[in-house]
Amino acid sequence: MAWAHGIGGTRYVFGDLATLMARATPARSGDALAGVAAGSAAERVAAQRALADLPLRVFLNEALVPYEADDVTRLILDSHDASAFAQVSHLTVGGFRDWLLGEGADSATLTKLAPGLTPEMVAAVSKIMRIADMVAVAQKCRVVTRFRNTIGLPGTLSIRLQPNHPTDDPRGIAASLLDGLLLGAGDAVIGVNPATDNVEGVMRVLEMLDMVRERFAIPTQSCVLSHVTTTLRAMERGAPVDLVFQSIGGTEGTNRGFGVTLALLREARDAALSLNRGTVGHDVMYFETGQGSALSAEAHHGVDQQTLEARAYGVARAYAPLLVNSVVGFIGPEYLFDGKQIIRAGIEDHFCGKLLGLPMGVDICYTNHAEADQDDMDALLTLLGVAGVTYIMGVPGADDVMLAYQSTSFHDGLQARALLGKAPAPEFAAWMARMGIGAGDAIPAGMSPALIGLA
Amino acid sequence: MSEVGHLRRFTSARVGLGRAGHAVPTAAQLDFAEAHARARDAVWSALDAEALAAACDLPATRVRSQARDRREFLLRPDLGRRLAEPHALVPRPGCIALILADGLCAEGVQRHAPALVARLAAALSDPVLVIAEQARVALGDAIGEALDAAAVIVLIGERPGLSATDSIGAYITWAPRIGRTDAERNCISNIRPGGLGADDAAGKILWLLGAARALGATGVALKDEQPASPLLTP
Repeated sequence: MAWAHGIGGTRYVFGDLATLMARATPARSGDALAGVAAGSAAERVAAQRALADLPLRVFLNEALVPYEADDVTRLILDSHDASAFAQVSHLTVGGFRDWLLGEGADSATLTKLAPGLTPEMVAAVSKIMRIADMVAVAQKCRVVTRFRNTIGLPGTLSIRLQPNHPTDDPRGIAASLLDGLLLGAGDAVIGVNPATDNVEGVMRVLEMLDMVRERFAIPTQSCVLSHVTTTLRAMERGAPVDLVFQSIGGTEGTNRGFGVTLALLREARDAALSLNRGTVGHDVMYFETGQGSALSAEAHHGVDQQTLEARAYGVARAYAPLLVNSVVGFIGPEYLFDGKQIIRAGIEDHFCGKLLGLPMGVDICYTNHAEADQDDMDALLTLLGVAGVTYIMGVPGADDVMLAYQSTSFHDGLQARALLGKAPAPEFAAWMARMGIGAGDAIPAGMSPALIGLA
Repeated sequence: MSEVGHLRRFTSARVGLGRAGHAVPTAAQLDFAEAHARARDAVWSALDAEALAAACDLPATRVRSQARDRREFLLRPDLGRRLAEPHALVPRPGCIALILADGLCAEGVQRHAPALVARLAAALSDPVLVIAEQARVALGDAIGEALDAAAVIVLIGERPGLSATDSIGAYITWAPRIGRTDAERNCISNIRPGGLGADDAAGKILWLLGAARALGATGVALKDEQPASPLLTP
């Protein structure tokens, strides 16, 4: 089926739903690279107007990526909850935007609605929303997850402590870890990106992280962000795996590029659950995503990158994750060119993830070949903080010495919590108070570097 | 030095910075700005392919991708994966190709690749050396296909970070053909004097290559299970 809209005497025709969605997407370099972006500002707004008139239920009948060809489409449509969808099934995309912004769409209503929404529906409505709209709606969403602490409660902002080291040196990792703990980071997870995916090396880091957690009795979880197959092997060999990490995308082909299938993710989740290491809950999965991954894997099916990103959340929610974050500016300027594009994408990703019921964090970040700097990250952090982002990254001095990109620092996390009146996860906040963290510049006796081998 | 400042002995990460309110003190702020400025400039640095060829002991063939300049290279990764002139390469069926590629920052390849090439060439029989400009990792697939190579080892400039602008990534692809996915390669990153040294890096690359030969594949099927003590450390 085709859609059309006229602007100033020109009639713009959009041959299929994927084209309509792509042309309606606010400008970004990745859609231009894929050849799916609007050719002019007028074509874009024509597409937005046509999209606003589209009934939401069309997304249940017309797949952007063919059902037969793609297991993510099958997962999304087969698991759709028609009764949850009923309360908005009469709306158009434009009407849905108005409904979301209205008072009737309160936290409880949005929670109930989440399983009735498909990723394509939330992507569509985001395309006709401004940043302030998305912030306002995301702020109403409540998603709470649990493992050794409780993440996502109102009034909290959690931080993943990211103590990466260029060679996975255990003492180097421990030094960054301690620095972060002393600045209040680590309640989302203590998560290390390993320099190499060596099973033995990954196990060594897992054991070190577990030692530090136990030595200081920290109510949090650790994770080494290795490939899911490596984590499976580490579990087979008895490594202390709290969370299973994996990068995922919004099409079967993207996931193939990541070396995963939906069945493999299921197997890994079952393995982690069988270890039974959670104390207050058993959400054991941690996913990262990012706009542009499908094009990068040449598996985008002519669909715009933001819609495909929302579909990745459709994958994530099938596994009841503890944490999901977009690594928004990580992939590079060929997908998000500058600070403006990164900021908009970060807000979109958070909004779409939250509306779909995910514990959505954002790695607020950029690379050195993008037209962006720390000012842009400050702007995005402040916006996301107001939007109620579940967690952000804490990297020493915002400079990741292993992955060679800039994110948010431990200091940024402190500043955001102070500015926005947010606290860490309650179990973690109580632990900080117990240990005397934040009381002064000196390192509390119970947090001595010597206790974790940093003499 | 403050108590937390001592943590800096253990890592090059920006730990123990101190505080001005909740922010970092001025000196740390400006250190960061300076490092970012240097990294930004490094992205735009060009590879001196002639000097690189002269610094390697093997004869080198030079190739380019279809990206015509740096800006096009940054915005069009698809062009960086395609060879400008695939027929310029003479097939050498079954060879191992060492490909030196500028990637996102030429500095590391320029400075450190010759030492890696020397170590790898000493352990391989008759490898083919190619220097590639405006090159993405997957350009190695096109080069490998043109050479009919058994495997390619792409030594490529990694994107510059604030602490290092001279890192090399090594990507090993068995049976390289256009269309291989990243899940079909093995990668070793952060090869530079302050990260993974040339001896350890060469040892890992050769271990993976040997394992790839035995398995007939690279990628997620091939797990890096090299013993922790590097094989080539004296």
